[in-house]
Amino acid sequence: MSVIAPTRANPAHPWIAAKHASYGEVTALIADPVLLRPAGWRWWVALGVSGLFVLATVVAIYVLFTEGIGVWGVNSTVVWGYAIASYVWWIAIGSGGTLISAMLLITRQRWRASVNRFAETMTVFAVSISGLFPILHLGRPQYFYWLAPYPNTMLLWPQWRSALVWDFWAIISYLLFSILFLYIGLLPDLATMRDRATSLSGQIIYGALALGWRGSAHHWRCYETFQITLAALAVPLVVSVHSIVGLDFAASLMPGWQETIFPPYFVVGALFSGFASVAILTALVRWGLRLEAIITIHHFNAMAKILLLASIVMTSSYATEWFMAWYAGAPADRSLLVFLFTGSYAPLYWMQLLFNCLVPQALWFPSVRQNVLCVVLIAIGINIGMWLERILIIWNTLSHGYAVSLWRLFYPTLWDWILLFGPLGLFVFFFLCFVRLVPAVPMNELRKLCREEHVA
Amino acid sequence: MTKPLVAEFSDADSLIKAAVHLKREGHQLLDTFTPFRLPELDGILVVKPSRIRLAMLVGGLAMAAFAYFLQWYSSVINYPLNVGGRPLNSWPVFLLVPFEVGMLAAALSGLAAFLWACRLPRLYHPIFDTTDFARASQDRFFLLAAQTGEQEHSASLREVLKHSGALAVREQGL
Repeated sequence: MSVIAPTRANPAHPWIAAKHASYGEVTALIADPVLLRPAGWRWWVALGVSGLFVLATVVAIYVLFTEGIGVWGVNSTVVWGYAIASYVWWIAIGSGGTLISAMLLITRQRWRASVNRFAETMTVFAVSISGLFPILHLGRPQYFYWLAPYPNTMLLWPQWRSALVWDFWAIISYLLFSILFLYIGLLPDLATMRDRATSLSGQIIYGALALGWRGSAHHWRCYETFQITLAALAVPLVVSVHSIVGLDFAASLMPGWQETIFPPYFVVGALFSGFASVAILTALVRWGLRLEAIITIHHFNAMAKILLLASIVMTSSYATEWFMAWYAGAPADRSLLVFLFTGSYAPLYWMQLLFNCLVPQALWFPSVRQNVLCVVLIAIGINIGMWLERILIIWNTLSHGYAVSLWRLFYPTLWDWILLFGPLGLFVFFFLCFVRLVPAVPMNELRKLCREEHVA
Repeated sequence: MTKPLVAEFSDADSLIKAAVHLKREGHQLLDTFTPFRLPELDGILVVKPSRIRLAMLVGGLAMAAFAYFLQWYSSVINYPLNVGGRPLNSWPVFLLVPFEVGMLAAALSGLAAFLWACRLPRLYHPIFDTTDFARASQDRFFLLAAQTGEQEHSASLREVLKHSGALAVREQGL
């Protein structure tokens, strides 16, 4: 088992931190942890802890389904709560994964090779989890399939003008699309796994999934055409999916929601929290799989620059909201703006601005961008800030609507908290299984990178 | 014509050089098997461009059109429902679902076209029997070529491949 000796990042080939990395060595670096190396106690501990979170989630869902959504803090005024905020937060993380992978492919950013696989995987898991929340919030979740048009004895059709129906199609299409995009990227790597597997079961399973990939010139050409075209479709698809999430709010008549800026503002938010999540995962995968040689400080530097840009766009989106609320002159909007900064939820709003707008400005400094710990801490802050943003969009508007007599606050219950943190464990659980089953980095792209960087 | 020969190379550049060389000598370059994409080979091998993107376009548009038709039929013909005086054919919002499912259908048609163009899945292929071929997905570069023409006029294929730096030259399947 060969492991490439990592060295300090080399300006001549910034994306590979090793003096020499042959095709065989980089292949072994990625494939061996899956095929040969035992999981280790840390992995088992992490799996056990995340398993407890999964168990808690299952219990919370059971209680919800048997008792009804009254177990949550939602009330007749604040009818949406944690579930909708988490839905938006998770699907945003998923969207960020697709955007990082697809946009970097289309713009031919070579450093994508080391991070795109787990970004795409993150998308699949995050979108799967996000799709749970609207169903949990339905009240009668057993009838969720009424969203689909099918011949039924009631002779009914879905209401195509309803945002819930748009969500249904957006999530289903996006989830299946992401799985396909991930699988196509995996195909040549599955062939490598088939050829390296030592156990019979490994050879059969990877062999069947690799579909008999031979790596012929014709295969590679078709593969490239298909993958790039998928990526070109993925970008508008993600933008549309997250715009639809924005429309869930914007298509209503509530103050602070009925804004034309919402769809693009949600897309930028998705990019922002998605990239932050990729940065956190990159650091974890790099540490866990010992990939210092192929995930260099330059990767963090590049991601930090994107985070900084997204933070600035995010800040200007907030500022546009404030300006429009004042400039449009509607009393309800102006009153809501005052409530944002001084109302009952104001400390959380200030925290959101701190994490999303102020702290990321530290990334202007190269020394901060090139410090993995700093980038990860800022990214965690961004994810907290973005969750606060989503819950505050819901709370502020619903708690401070047109009818003053209806103004009420939201008080979360234990089940709200469990369904907030439990799915995080579910995500970690999925991700831990993923790194033990498939190569976490696309080996074929890494070999190509080695050739282009002249280290092979 | 003798059996095709498989030559194994340790790096991409030797493979490309050998491919160019043997074509100049008048031999038939049948295929290459590489652990990653080498765009340089498209010109040498004359790989046909595939129709994958056309299939994606057709599949995507067809599905989008169908989804729009379904919405129009259900809300104008089969179950007209007046919601606050909005037009029955509310086309601006009826574009959302066709866009989403059209994208998905484009991806699925692309998958079908991709598999068809590559003739996959095909779990077994005679080339897999060649010694060392498992490394074609890892760190070695393979070339499949057939001899054409008269032996006395052109250098034999085996010689050409050996001189181009092949690590080994074998008959396919051996």
